[in-house]
Amino acid sequence: MTTMAVTFKDVSKAFTWFQLNAMSFRLEEGQIMGLVGPNGAGKSTCIRLLMGLLQPDAGEINVLGHNMRSQPALAKQDMAYVADGMGLYDKASVEWHINFVRAMVPVWDEEYARRLLKHFHLQPGQMIRSLSTGERTKVLLLLALARRPRLLVLDEPTTGLDPVARHEIMSELSDVLLDDRRSVLFSSHNTRDVEQISDQITFIDRGELVDSSDKESFLERWRRIQLDVPANVVLPKPEGVVEIVRKGHSATVTINRWSPEIVSFYESSGATVHEIQRMNLEEIFIASVIHKREQAESRELPSRKEPA
Amino acid sequence: MDIHTYINLSQTDHRPMYLQIMDQIRHRVALGDWVAGQEIPSIRAMAAALSISVITVKRAYLELEHEGVIVTRQGKGSFIADNPDIGSALRHQELDQHLEAAIDAAKLIGLPEQELQTRLRELLRQRSEESSEQRPGHNKESSE
Repeated sequence: MTTMAVTFKDVSKAFTWFQLNAMSFRLEEGQIMGLVGPNGAGKSTCIRLLMGLLQPDAGEINVLGHNMRSQPALAKQDMAYVADGMGLYDKASVEWHINFVRAMVPVWDEEYARRLLKHFHLQPGQMIRSLSTGERTKVLLLLALARRPRLLVLDEPTTGLDPVARHEIMSELSDVLLDDRRSVLFSSHNTRDVEQISDQITFIDRGELVDSSDKESFLERWRRIQLDVPANVVLPKPEGVVEIVRKGHSATVTINRWSPEIVSFYESSGATVHEIQRMNLEEIFIASVIHKREQAESRELPSRKEPA
Repeated sequence: MDIHTYINLSQTDHRPMYLQIMDQIRHRVALGDWVAGQEIPSIRAMAAALSISVITVKRAYLELEHEGVIVTRQGKGSFIADNPDIGSALRHQELDQHLEAAIDAAKLIGLPEQELQTRLRELLRQRSEESSEQRPGHNKESSE
């Protein structure tokens, strides 16, 4: 049986203006998960729940075989967390932070810490206040990585970074997985980073799960089909078709359950397949979020009309 | 082994990443850089070196295994298949891909099969004329 690094089961949490609704997803040990959502989707709430910084109203969270409610201390032992704007002391040096964290944690890999200093081009004696945004993120990542956590959790690690710093951070993250017992969960709205290094992808929007599966099947399931359609032909909408846009004699069908049979299905209805296009993660993300919102709104619409 | 000198992935290539990896590994074998029986980087080492998902590399390796290009032995690693003809088989496969592309292009412009064959012979004849024209000139120059 494969071990789960993270399990969210029907996790809900309500705030005054925002609600996380029955969130469920799983991350296997030895994999990277990208948690993707627009601003305000609930990514940080999920991560704060995962880290035990918030308690869920309902549902269960398990981390590395430990229940977050009943055994939070055991679960936290093997986790490290990096979030934007986390406390670093402006008036202290990089070295001071390394010594401070080393004294606080049960496991510390000093050799790895020194190697990361070099990789990230950080000077041990440098004061935190003189560091750029990218360098601060690198310090935080170093402090987390050198603890050799079995689960590394990062909230928007690449937001606001230049392409070179982003590349350096992404490549350190993927190095973590040389050890197949380590896992990473990171949130991002940069779909390119997520597409590149994630094994598992979870889309969330407005506090709800949109989709969660392994990256390869995500990319395999979605296609855009360009059809040439004679004027008198009515296009069917089989299951899995999220959108049909028709203009003149051509139509674009977006589908999330692609199989080659779709081609013969549309051709037998009288259309000709002009082109079948793969979609990148960003296109898939936008299409699924919009589809999910449309579904939600079409459910709400009738009840809204009644009072008027 | 420095993986980057062997495998290069392109962000502007529109094919999925696992297909790019498969192509490049096949090409390495066709060129004779990776020989039958040789060990290749493990899935995790390849993923880490290229900063891409483990699952993507796993998929590429699995499909190459189905094609008989590589073998993965549990706990031992992945190797180029122990088949001395693998390099030439892949060279032929690469050639066939080009020829198939030519067939598709011919179909697209409605060129009959016979004419495609005639054109190929014609192009081959032109090539051999060009090289035989060049050779005497080249010889003259070097003898002077």
